[in-house]
Amino acid sequence: MALLTFDTRHKPRQAYISMAAVLILMLVFPFVASQYGNSWVRIIDIALLYIMLALGLNIVVGFAGLLDLGYIAFFAVGAYLVGLFSSPQFAALLESLIYYSPAVGEALVAFFGPAIAQDGIHLSLWAIVPLAALCAALCGALLGAPTLKLRGDYLAIVTLGFGEIIRIFMNNLNDPINFTNGPQGINMIDPIRVFGVSLAGEPGSGASVMIGDYAMPSVNAYYFLFLAMVIATIFITGRLQHSRLGRAWVAIREDEIAAKAMGINTRNVKLLAFAMGASFGGVAGAMFGAFQGFVSPESFSLTESIAVLAMVVLGGIGHIPGVVLGGVLLAALPEVLRHVVDPAQQALFGKVIVEAEVLRQLLYGLALVGIMLVRPSGLWPSPNKEERPNAALAREEEEASTA
Amino acid sequence: MSEQLLLNIQGVNKRFGGLQALTDVGIRIMRGQVYGLIGPNGAGKTTFFNVITGLYQPDSGTFELDGKPYSPSAPHDVARAGIARTFQNIRLFGEMSALENVMVGRHVRTKQGVLGAILRHRAARDEEAAIRARAQELLDFVGIGKYADRTAKYLSYGDQRRLEIARALATDPQLLALDEPAAGMNATEKLALRELLVKIKAEGRTVLLIEHDVKLMMGLCDRITVLEYGKRIAEGLPSEIQKNQAVIDAYLGGAH
Amino acid sequence: METFIQQLLNGLVLGSMYALVALGYTMVYGVLNLINFAHGDVLMIGAMLGLTILQLLEAHVPGLPGYVQLALAILGAIPLTMLVSILIERVAYRRLRNAPRLAPLITAIGVSILLQTFAMMIWGRSPLPFPQLLSPEPIVVGGAMISHTQVLLLVLAAVAMGALVLLVERTKMGRAMRAVAENPRVAGLMGVDANRVIVATFAIGAALAAVAGVMWGANYASITFTMGVLPGLKAFCAAVLGGIGNIYGAMLGGLLLGIIEALGAGYIGDLTGGFLGSHYQDIFAFVVLILVLTLRPSGIMGERVADRA
Repeated sequence: MALLTFDTRHKPRQAYISMAAVLILMLVFPFVASQYGNSWVRIIDIALLYIMLALGLNIVVGFAGLLDLGYIAFFAVGAYLVGLFSSPQFAALLESLIYYSPAVGEALVAFFGPAIAQDGIHLSLWAIVPLAALCAALCGALLGAPTLKLRGDYLAIVTLGFGEIIRIFMNNLNDPINFTNGPQGINMIDPIRVFGVSLAGEPGSGASVMIGDYAMPSVNAYYFLFLAMVIATIFITGRLQHSRLGRAWVAIREDEIAAKAMGINTRNVKLLAFAMGASFGGVAGAMFGAFQGFVSPESFSLTESIAVLAMVVLGGIGHIPGVVLGGVLLAALPEVLRHVVDPAQQALFGKVIVEAEVLRQLLYGLALVGIMLVRPSGLWPSPNKEERPNAALAREEEEASTA
Repeated sequence: MSEQLLLNIQGVNKRFGGLQALTDVGIRIMRGQVYGLIGPNGAGKTTFFNVITGLYQPDSGTFELDGKPYSPSAPHDVARAGIARTFQNIRLFGEMSALENVMVGRHVRTKQGVLGAILRHRAARDEEAAIRARAQELLDFVGIGKYADRTAKYLSYGDQRRLEIARALATDPQLLALDEPAAGMNATEKLALRELLVKIKAEGRTVLLIEHDVKLMMGLCDRITVLEYGKRIAEGLPSEIQKNQAVIDAYLGGAH
Repeated sequence: METFIQQLLNGLVLGSMYALVALGYTMVYGVLNLINFAHGDVLMIGAMLGLTILQLLEAHVPGLPGYVQLALAILGAIPLTMLVSILIERVAYRRLRNAPRLAPLITAIGVSILLQTFAMMIWGRSPLPFPQLLSPEPIVVGGAMISHTQVLLLVLAAVAMGALVLLVERTKMGRAMRAVAENPRVAGLMGVDANRVIVATFAIGAALAAVAGVMWGANYASITFTMGVLPGLKAFCAAVLGGIGNIYGAMLGGLLLGIIEALGAGYIGDLTGGFLGSHYQDIFAFVVLILVLTLRPSGIMGERVADRA
């Protein structure tokens, strides 16, 4: 990783060149990959969403040092929000609501218009994203509030509990009032429309999106949207990191008592960490729901929370480029392996000995255990952490004497 | 020059289960003084510190800073009111650079939040530059300016103590409370620390100091309070304290 | 009233299993200040091993009486489960004894995943049926029904817990465990080998979990590689409820949580006017955890040591 650096403060030229190189790679990728079918780009689409999640979790775990094991709950909030407000689901909800409490039902119809009884509510992307961010942020603060006085491991288990509670609610909130449609989930979620162009392509076009005269597969269109969102996330979290707030988060992580003694209102700052982290989760969730077209409680289990944590831990806790690397490795690699390993095993052994699913689990488990035992700061930690103290000091003395 | 009463604390009691850690302890510090708090180990000095800076909740006591009552219920409120402290066992933010440590000290006097962080508009950039400048200034003041970018946990012990003081100074305190700043230092380091404390005093800052090194205390402090078993056994000028029989007994174990 | 007694009995059965697992959590936490996230999966390993033993018995020595088969399954599962637990401590946790506190927890999560993955590879992904070895005739107690298996479960749990109490209070190893839990360094100065105590702690916890695992299988007639996750977490909540680090607390917390869950699931419909149903059962443990940590962090029987600045 020595050639690639994003440290704009200490090595600006190298950093900007690195960024440009990676950006060009990312922009070119879908056009190259499309030659081999849609599946590769689709894999990266999902990976991009996970990277967004990992970057959001990085605020909570990496910057502020709060081990949140229920993070996927915010992903669920965003996804179900889009499920409720960008699909026919609201009509189903209305139906059950009118049965239970006609007055409220009628008020809603009066407010939104009679069409919602038939079609549900269909908000656009520009309304959904801020709504998802806000809702998730609120949930983040609410879920974080009881944990403020808890020690690291207890905080982890309590947040895990919250995550489970939300999943159970999502799974069961279909009776008597149908919010989430229970274990079946919500489908027929609208695809994202950007400036009138649907990213799923117009019906009958074979999932191909027209931009002017140029046609591209729907997965590619989503790719660019998600790439833009990930870049925005990197930008925002990077700015947060190098700010008064970011320093306050790290101070709390390093020594909460000293942080308090220096005037940091740790309660508010921690809540902000939860809220900010959650908001990215919510937006990613909304994108996920629209991309897939359906959401169900299975996608939001403890396993997923742990997967996102593994990405942050493997890559480099607190170091944004590291987190992106972790996201790419753990989100994309298992899928890539599945495409490669299954056929390879078929060819070699005539059958699949180690299924892709097992491989995925194995990868996550080994990543978590391996990293903690061998290289706890992650594969790509922040530069100053990597250095051994004597080497760093020796280098600085040298620089000072030759300056 | 008339003396202004800066810190006025009276009647502090603190009990931990069966142990009465502090009994009716009080202190009056004038502006610009260097005030010493000494006593044998376990006398309650750090407990008293922790009470007045909000880390422990007292069972009773009145707390006034600069004539205004302040509530010692939350450490960050105490810092905002104007008391900054260092810790007996150094508590730095190890993974941050020395400069960043001191920049955190400016947190309580600055205000940019989420929007400022993301947008970096004019006001935010100016505040950030001011924070950085002041932090460097303070690092220079305590003598470790050239280590600004070094990761704090890799600093030498003496430099870490200085850094903690710089960080406390960054909060613009009316009262700087130092808990055994000379602990674990050799003679050279102590001399350097003494010089720093003299510099701080020369700036007109008020300092409350816990220390074991009697020579250091006698030379530096304007007044001293002596604690033993959580009670005040003496208060006065250093010369008076040195001759006080109760104090001598406490340290050398006189007849009980 | 009959529902109440039925739910109470269900709660005691469930609670006994929670208690056995909670003991493992609380003992490890007592000596290492570590939440052994993987402990629930140790229960699963115990169940799987028990099933395998039963299958082997059926294949090679068919026709043994049900009690004997179960006894052999448990006795066989225990040493292997202990081995797994000791291995985990040795490989994953020992190096991290002095690491910052998030590291061991993250490692534990990884170990949990690995245990599940290995179980998936060895025993497959689908749920496996656990044979019903005891008489299916229910015993009637005060209008409520309890099965033979459940009675055996209660008996075994009581015996195991009693044995543990004897071990902790009356033997040298037990004293050593208590000493290490209080102050490892001083215990070391007194000649206690902390490593041996820690290994013993993991082993004993695993043994209890193995008993719970095999009986869980016998009680619910089906086991799968993910069966340990939720019960493990709930058992931890139980340990916290009773007072983490306190053995009696773990037993009390386990039984209490089981009863709360059973009664809660039984009556929640009535309590919320039909809004929430019994499928919300899993929430109770976490709600209890949050309430305990907010209102009385030391739990029912625990004592808290204050943070010195």
